Amino acid sequence: MLLRDIERVFDPWREFERIERELRRMEKEMDRLLAEVGFGVREEYPPVNLWTNEEGAIVTVELPGVEPEDVDITVVGRRLTLKGTRKPLASDGVRFHLRERWDGDFTRSIELPFRVEPAKVEAKYRNGILYITLPRAEEEKPKKITVQTS
Amino acid sequence: MARELAKRTAEPVRERAIRPDVDIIETDTEYHLYADLPGVSEDNLDVTLEKEVLTIKGKAEEEIPAGYNQRWAEYVTGWYERRLRITEEVDREGIKATLKNGVLKVVLPKAEAAKAKKIQIAHE
Repeated sequence: MLLRDIERVFDPWREFERIERELRRMEKEMDRLLAEVGFGVREEYPPVNLWTNEEGAIVTVELPGVEPEDVDITVVGRRLTLKGTRKPLASDGVRFHLRERWDGDFTRSIELPFRVEPAKVEAKYRNGILYITLPRAEEEKPKKITVQTS
Repeated sequence: MARELAKRTAEPVRERAIRPDVDIIETDTEYHLYADLPGVSEDNLDVTLEKEVLTIKGKAEEEIPAGYNQRWAEYVTGWYERRLRITEEVDREGIKATLKNGVLKVVLPKAEAAKAKKIQIAHE
């Protein structure tokens, strides 16, 4: 093999991370096999982070190497769904020495803590991260109640 | 001893680096390395080749406006680091790296000596 890992010095953290990754990869492979025989796909790729304030939410998604036009974003009620494809590398006439990056179709659905205004949802893509800004539905915004003094 | 310990613990704890996923393919004339580095911009990326070790280091950044609190986390943004040993001969001057959509691509041309050569069979 041309290129190989040289992090041979035993580092328990690294080792732990490696095992974790390996487990995720196996899980993914298992899901793929299950999907092939019609058992459905587990929703775990791509990973998402959720941020909120009183005005709304920001969902960030790790999508390196995915063309923004290959991602469908839909919002129904509180549910945000992402669908898309990460194209595999052209494999004609090449030999893989290492293959760790995921590819293929993905579907990811997450429940937001509040309803949002679907018409005002915005998305931008930068450096392989998708940022989705979801303004909170007007009727669900926290309201400040003025206490009247008599 | 106590002072020594205090001095040591006062040093900032080095952030644990994230190991990026990597693909490596070989064509007839080149090796292509792809590394997923979401959140890393060109300014925050270093690719170095020292002797036979290729090191990829990058810092991922997320642009979240002030005033937002994180409610759910499935990934962390921080330092990426990966070191790979190149055991075959490559044309070191011809190595090219590009970053697009959070994916680093490094093209390493094979050295002349390492290219597969078609041997002509002479007619007798």
